[in-house]
Amino acid sequence: MELLLTVLVDGLIYAAWLFIVALGLTLVFGVLKILNIAHGSFYAIGAYAAASLVTWFTTIGLAPEWSLVAMLLAAAGVAAVLGPLLERGLLRLFYGRDEVLLVLVTYALFLMLEDGVKLIWGVDPYYVSEPYSLFGNVEMGPLFYVGYDFALMGLAVICGLGVWFGLNRTTLGKIVLAVIHNPEMSASMGVNVNKVYVLAFICGVFLAALGGAFTAPQISVQPGISVGVIILSFAVVIIGGLGSIEGAAVGALIVGLSRAAAVHLVPDAELFIVYLVMAAVLVFRPEGLFVRAQARKI
Amino acid sequence: MSTRSAVLRPVLVAAIVVVALAFAGMALPKWFLFLATMAIAHATVALGLIFMMRGGLVSFGQGLPFCLGAYAAGLGGPWLGLTDAVLLLLLGGLTAGAVAAVFGSLLARYRGIFFAMLTLSLSMVLYGLLVKATAIGGSDGLNLARPSILGYVPTTETADYALYLLAVATAGVLSAIAALHFNSVRGLMSLAVKENELRVEYMGASVRSLMAVNFIIAGVYGGIGGALAAIALGHIEPTFSYWTTSGEMVFLAILAGQHSVVAVFLASLILELVRSFANLYFPETWQLALGAFLLVVILFLPRGLGSLWHRGHKPAAPATDATTETGR
Repeated sequence: MELLLTVLVDGLIYAAWLFIVALGLTLVFGVLKILNIAHGSFYAIGAYAAASLVTWFTTIGLAPEWSLVAMLLAAAGVAAVLGPLLERGLLRLFYGRDEVLLVLVTYALFLMLEDGVKLIWGVDPYYVSEPYSLFGNVEMGPLFYVGYDFALMGLAVICGLGVWFGLNRTTLGKIVLAVIHNPEMSASMGVNVNKVYVLAFICGVFLAALGGAFTAPQISVQPGISVGVIILSFAVVIIGGLGSIEGAAVGALIVGLSRAAAVHLVPDAELFIVYLVMAAVLVFRPEGLFVRAQARKI
Repeated sequence: MSTRSAVLRPVLVAAIVVVALAFAGMALPKWFLFLATMAIAHATVALGLIFMMRGGLVSFGQGLPFCLGAYAAGLGGPWLGLTDAVLLLLLGGLTAGAVAAVFGSLLARYRGIFFAMLTLSLSMVLYGLLVKATAIGGSDGLNLARPSILGYVPTTETADYALYLLAVATAGVLSAIAALHFNSVRGLMSLAVKENELRVEYMGASVRSLMAVNFIIAGVYGGIGGALAAIALGHIEPTFSYWTTSGEMVFLAILAGQHSVVAVFLASLILELVRSFANLYFPETWQLALGAFLLVVILFLPRGLGSLWHRGHKPAAPATDATTETGR
């Protein structure tokens, strides 16, 4: 019973973190049709930016509560700078190319950003533990958890609902959905498709950076964190069905829980359980769990 | 061109190039011989990828056959008592090909991103298994004894050149086979599948079997490349199966383009040179240079380096524009 609870809570904590990042990935794919490997770099840059800003806020003497603001600002800053720059300056040049070729374009971008991060922040790890103790501890029977982990779950729910409401209940969201459905028709109806693309990409970068920023207190921020997260969030969106928000949520839960189960039950499988689950889902649902049926094009 | 010369030409060209390269190797410095051997090993894997890419499939898991071939070559000595490099190459190719055959029929129904991701996940499962397999070295990997080559036992002095000769000969054989296949009915049918797979099926061909066979060939090529890399390095690690290794193979195939076999080896050599010089002179920023290089190639040479001199197949005008293709 205790083991089950541990797996459940660990899995949910893990899923929350993963969902925030994967949500951005699936949003960008939905609108721009790009499966973005560089998404992992945005995550890392968010974490680094947050680490720097939180440290700065502490040195100028602001209360620890301000570090939450610092992390949010860091993510927003990263999105505001990188989003338009990369979409307008680079990705725009490759629209209409083969989907897989676009993956390679983002792989090239990923390689470049990796080195860029090392040039700016160096290779030494950063630690920002201040915000981690902000929410106290949570006691569950014999188990202790850090409140911050549960706060992250709250953040994941807010992000998920935010994107869902933004897309389905606002005028702008409906315009975005129209562009997803048919960019040409939307353009002829007077929608500024380019603007929608930039906006969606900025949102995607923001979510990745947000995931990174709020994870920074839990981990040591160092080179290599981008590689781990990108393959995991790929697994999440592939399991859930590319471009689907519900899918990303379910995918994150599946990945989070199966990983937690592996950690506690079969530790040797921890490294590949995620890929095994992804392969298993794809065998039965070749395009993921939540995806609309499509006609084959002749 | 008559059928006969269509068969003879690639074989002759390959033979002449192999002999020329073998002589050239005598004059080349040792470090370059090793570099060229590694370039050939990687190019072999990329050449296998091109078999698939001609049919419109891109695998992001080619690290899997590469790694399988390497481990087969590494374990062939201690487990099976094979000490000859040629046998180890064959073992590597056959092992990877056999595994590809098992997964081939399953993977043959996937396309695009899903194929890429499924192959990626399979290679990562292998990576995870190997890291945990302490019996064969775990994450440290294992070392290979220097094998003989067709009975000849190279000394430390001659090892680099001997291995280079083996690599060049292997490359020659595999290139000739690839060139012959690309112009064969099956090879050309792959191009047709990429254009429009339904039409190919309506004309009576099985797209599934075509894809499965391409996948198996790619597996064999990947395995041979892995075995060659393992023998040249004298060491194997699970990272052979890590997704960034697979990414590099795709990178290489895109850089080379699908229209010239020679371009694959040339691209691999360029990449290997860029990497080692960038590593030497800009150790902090070589990925930056590599990424920029790739972007420039995709932007300005969308059909790869090979398109600089190969004018054989004009690309068909895009049948549909991007929006109708992706606007679902």
